[in-house]
Amino acid sequence: MAIDLQTVKKIASLARISVTDGEAEALVPELNNIIGWVEQLGEVDVTGVEPMTAVIPNTLRLRDDVVTDGNVRDKVLANAPQAEHGFFAVPKVIE
Amino acid sequence: MTNLTDLTVAQIRDGFRAGDFTAREVAEGFNANVAAAKALNAFIVETPDHALAAADAADKARGEGALLPLSGVPIGMKDLFCTAGVQTTAASHMLEGFTPTYESTVSGKLWAAGAGMLGKLNLDQFAMGSSNETSFFGSVISPWKRNDGGNAALAPGGSSGGSASAISARLCPAATGTDTGGSIRQPAAFVGISGIKPTYGRCSRWGVVAFASSLDQAGPMARTIRDNAILLESMAGFDPKDSTSLDLPVPNWETALSSDLRGKKVGIPKEYRVDGMPAEIEALWEKGIALLKDAGAEVVEVSLPHTRYALPTYYIIAPAEASSNLARYDGVRYGLRDLPDGANLQDMYAATRAAGFGPEVKRRIMIGTYVLSAGFYDAYYTQAQKVRTLIARDFGRAFESCDLLLTPTAPSAAFALGEKQADPLAMYLNDVFTVPASLAGLPAMSVPGGLDSQGLPLGLQIIGKALDEQGVLNAGLAIEERAGFSARPDQWW
Repeated sequence: MAIDLQTVKKIASLARISVTDGEAEALVPELNNIIGWVEQLGEVDVTGVEPMTAVIPNTLRLRDDVVTDGNVRDKVLANAPQAEHGFFAVPKVIE
Repeated sequence: MTNLTDLTVAQIRDGFRAGDFTAREVAEGFNANVAAAKALNAFIVETPDHALAAADAADKARGEGALLPLSGVPIGMKDLFCTAGVQTTAASHMLEGFTPTYESTVSGKLWAAGAGMLGKLNLDQFAMGSSNETSFFGSVISPWKRNDGGNAALAPGGSSGGSASAISARLCPAATGTDTGGSIRQPAAFVGISGIKPTYGRCSRWGVVAFASSLDQAGPMARTIRDNAILLESMAGFDPKDSTSLDLPVPNWETALSSDLRGKKVGIPKEYRVDGMPAEIEALWEKGIALLKDAGAEVVEVSLPHTRYALPTYYIIAPAEASSNLARYDGVRYGLRDLPDGANLQDMYAATRAAGFGPEVKRRIMIGTYVLSAGFYDAYYTQAQKVRTLIARDFGRAFESCDLLLTPTAPSAAFALGEKQADPLAMYLNDVFTVPASLAGLPAMSVPGGLDSQGLPLGLQIIGKALDEQGVLNAGLAIEERAGFSARPDQWW
């Protein structure tokens, strides 16, 4: 399916990236080129093939359900653009 | 007197131990080279004090007989590894000024082994690129020039282009790299050095800025195979903080190095003879075959039938994972925040991400978002993961009749900056030979094979079975010893 301007704007909105109309228009042919190229995968017969989940067989490990870190609030907040009273601060979200 | 900055990691380590020079002399030598090479733009941050502190600790340890594996060796650190107290940017505006309060596992292991840090190396933004032109801090320049009398600035490859350029220019004897689809191997090939991407899971991803988690793997880059083995021994190892870390002992790769390949079978995958392959790449490949035969290996033809689907598979899976991983850059917890007047939370996210990401990063996030979006997920992402299974299966079958694979690393020598920038697809095609091993999680390395007619380095790639880094390194050593690659760029910077 070809990607049109509306689709580009929808993708940008889903990805939370603001784009100007000019940027969105420039992205239409770029994304179509790339998506058109990857669509060749559709011709591969994958009947009975399981999707890859791990390249090297590995099992997810379990550990004891105990606290292993914490008490590093100031370190966690050290790079925050805006931290107040020991919290991350964001614009008001409840009107 | 020996120029200390011309020495390899092994020579620095051994010469320092023998008392031929102090660690401080080595660190001062490399610090001076780094400071004098601004024109290459290989470093985002220089950390001469870190290198000197490690050197002083090494000199003290030598006096006390308490040497560590990398005592006296300063290295470069790709700016994708979080380093406590030292800005870590992934070459992005988004993370400009980000100063981690913690150390990545791999960098921490290197410091614990005695290494010092000369600085944080430039790269493609979030490791997305094959030329280093996507860095927010400007392109890295390769120290190499074509011999045509022109003065074109060449790409050092990417994404580990700062690492490649710095090692080739003797700004550091070795450096870390990361490889998602070829980001260690292709830049190593472009500048005439070696680099190995180990088996997926050998090196912890903890503290490495994530691009595509099922593909990302750290590895060393250096001028010799031995140096790569030395570095990898200190970088690899189980890490409970990375759920995909392999709980296996780290072999003594350096001790077991051997270029005697008698009894080894090397497969030549016929599907890698792509249409339009330059004659010089073809000739390089033939040369590599002859060198491995000379080392005692038997050469057989093998088939990897799904090779042509590797790149499109990669360009679904890697952007899909990137779109998910990079969702964390929201202007709340760390990194850039762009808060227009009167903006709500959603506006802030969108404005922050528009301002903080470069064009290639946005392009990949949007491709990833599209292939994962409702209605398209199965057609693109699930299909790609199925084809990925077939690609891995191809390797498994090929390794029933051989121990290693030999291919060129890249379809061309280094290109000029700007040459491929206009067409994202043309840039993606540069990874045609490196991406398949990434998709299958296999160890693979690039080793210099010779120079092309323009005087630029060309690399040969060796791909091994999972966990057989030793076999890869040994074949690399056999090529290194026989190719006698000694070319280095003339200093112009």
